[in-house]
Amino acid sequence: MSNLPTYRIRFTILLLVLLLCACINICLGSVNIAFIDSLKILFGTVTENSSNYYIIWEYRLPKALTAIMVGGGLSLSGLLMQTLFRNPLAGPYVLGISSGASLGAALLIMGASLITLSAFNYITLALASSLGSFLVLSLVLVVAAKVKDTMALLIIGLMFGSITAAIVSVLSYFTKAEKLQQYIFWSFGSLGDLSWGQLLVVALCTSLGILLSILSIKPLNAFLLGENYAKSLGIGLQKSRYTIIIATGLLAGSITAFAGPIAFVGLAVPHVTRQLFHTTDHKIQIPAVLCCGAILMLLCDTIAQIPGSVSVLPINAITSIFGAPVVIWLLVRKRKMIF
Amino acid sequence: MINDLNIGYEGKVVASAISFSLQKGELAAIVGVNGIGKSTLLRTLGNFQPKIAGSIRIDGKELATYNEQQIASKISVVLTEPIASKNLSVYELLALGRQPYTNWLGKLGTNDISVIDKSIALLELAPFLNKKCFQLSDGQLQRVLIARALIQDTDIILLDEPTTHLDLYHKVSILKLLKSIAHQTNKVILYTSHEIELAIQLCDKMLILDGDTNAFNQPCKLIENNSFDSLFPPDTISFDATTGSFKIKK
Repeated sequence: MSNLPTYRIRFTILLLVLLLCACINICLGSVNIAFIDSLKILFGTVTENSSNYYIIWEYRLPKALTAIMVGGGLSLSGLLMQTLFRNPLAGPYVLGISSGASLGAALLIMGASLITLSAFNYITLALASSLGSFLVLSLVLVVAAKVKDTMALLIIGLMFGSITAAIVSVLSYFTKAEKLQQYIFWSFGSLGDLSWGQLLVVALCTSLGILLSILSIKPLNAFLLGENYAKSLGIGLQKSRYTIIIATGLLAGSITAFAGPIAFVGLAVPHVTRQLFHTTDHKIQIPAVLCCGAILMLLCDTIAQIPGSVSVLPINAITSIFGAPVVIWLLVRKRKMIF
Repeated sequence: MINDLNIGYEGKVVASAISFSLQKGELAAIVGVNGIGKSTLLRTLGNFQPKIAGSIRIDGKELATYNEQQIASKISVVLTEPIASKNLSVYELLALGRQPYTNWLGKLGTNDISVIDKSIALLELAPFLNKKCFQLSDGQLQRVLIARALIQDTDIILLDEPTTHLDLYHKVSILKLLKSIAHQTNKVILYTSHEIELAIQLCDKMLILDGDTNAFNQPCKLIENNSFDSLFPPDTISFDATTGSFKIKK
């Protein structure tokens, strides 16, 4: 009796779509490189050091890989939060992870300029926002040890978010216009600024986050019944909660640090995935959410770079402008948003 | 199994001096007025909250000496709180009952599937298997939750008010089901209820929480001892021993 389908065909299609999106993403850009030429460069039949070779290997390929990790990682952290908090509105923004990263970035860009210290570059920026998100996350973890109720934890996370947002507002009020502009550019989000080295750091954090999530599949499924039922099934509540929160912190924290606070993806992709895969089993949901998130991000990035033109739109705006209507359409069509 | 147990929350004893024991194959009900500590007792027995004093023993061993994994294969529960995700399909929900026995990925073995299939047959759930929980009626969902507890394959099943929100027909059918499960599968089934008259007719044993004697016995013995008289204030409701029912004083 096979009441639990494995969704093999859907996964094959998803992976093919992912590959196709990645190829399209790499082949399109501000400089016109013919589709065939791009593929030739990518798969190593052309090894000359032409400018096209440089564009593909040093800019477009890292950018596509970033998009895959950012999309997949943020979506997975959204799924983890929604299950842990039993709330369809949860995402990486709750628990103050993203706002912690914003605070770190704001302190570096705007705060440092107030005391005429100039240490701004991409490495310190990533460091500052990682520190910010882990600082807020560890504060939330300290509180989590005292508060047994997960709902209270959710509200506390939102409050931490408000506090950090307020500090950022105060900072921006006192800061110079050019520094403010720098901060705002960071907050638009960007996929294109990562070197291969930075990419490796994000890849490590993302892999660790995915590994922790996979180890938590059983507790995650048990949490679908509620915490008391999970306990009665022999799940160690505190340990599982910490593992899931740390996995989220690794995923969302590292990604936000390098790519900026990218809105919407973490909240929306798990809902889209639930429409495609009619199961709540995290064994299916985790890989599905990773694939869907990566595809969505690649598509958004392809649109954001406006093929053939020199300007690049902020990725944060694109994810919301093109993504939100899709989610609204999906949910209206189904009439119900059940978690 | 339970001896001189005091239950309650930190710094506040809710009920004290509770003593009773149950054998395999018995269906028992805990009755009492609102706030007397029925649910607190059930939550304490289910290891959701610590006891204050006294002892709880399963198979002669103190409950506190079992670890969470071991308790999960001894006690299963049906709670009053709604399940967190109504998007679970019935089969997925039932399969979660096998968690204490499956590997780290929760993969079902052939034995797990045969246990699940047996409970599906016993509770006649076959028509709903691919439905989502939000598509079920209250009575159907309650049957699914009872099946899940059964699938957890424990000696003891605790149910907190399993018949609330159900009409008389579904109340009776759930309770008859519990009785037949207890007798057929040789399990201890203990539930809290406000349906005292139904419990008198169906249960093997009853515990009357009245904050004083906390009588525990077979229903007919309890009637003989006039134990039900102290349950409600006698100027409002009185117990009629010949019919086994409560009458309103006019």
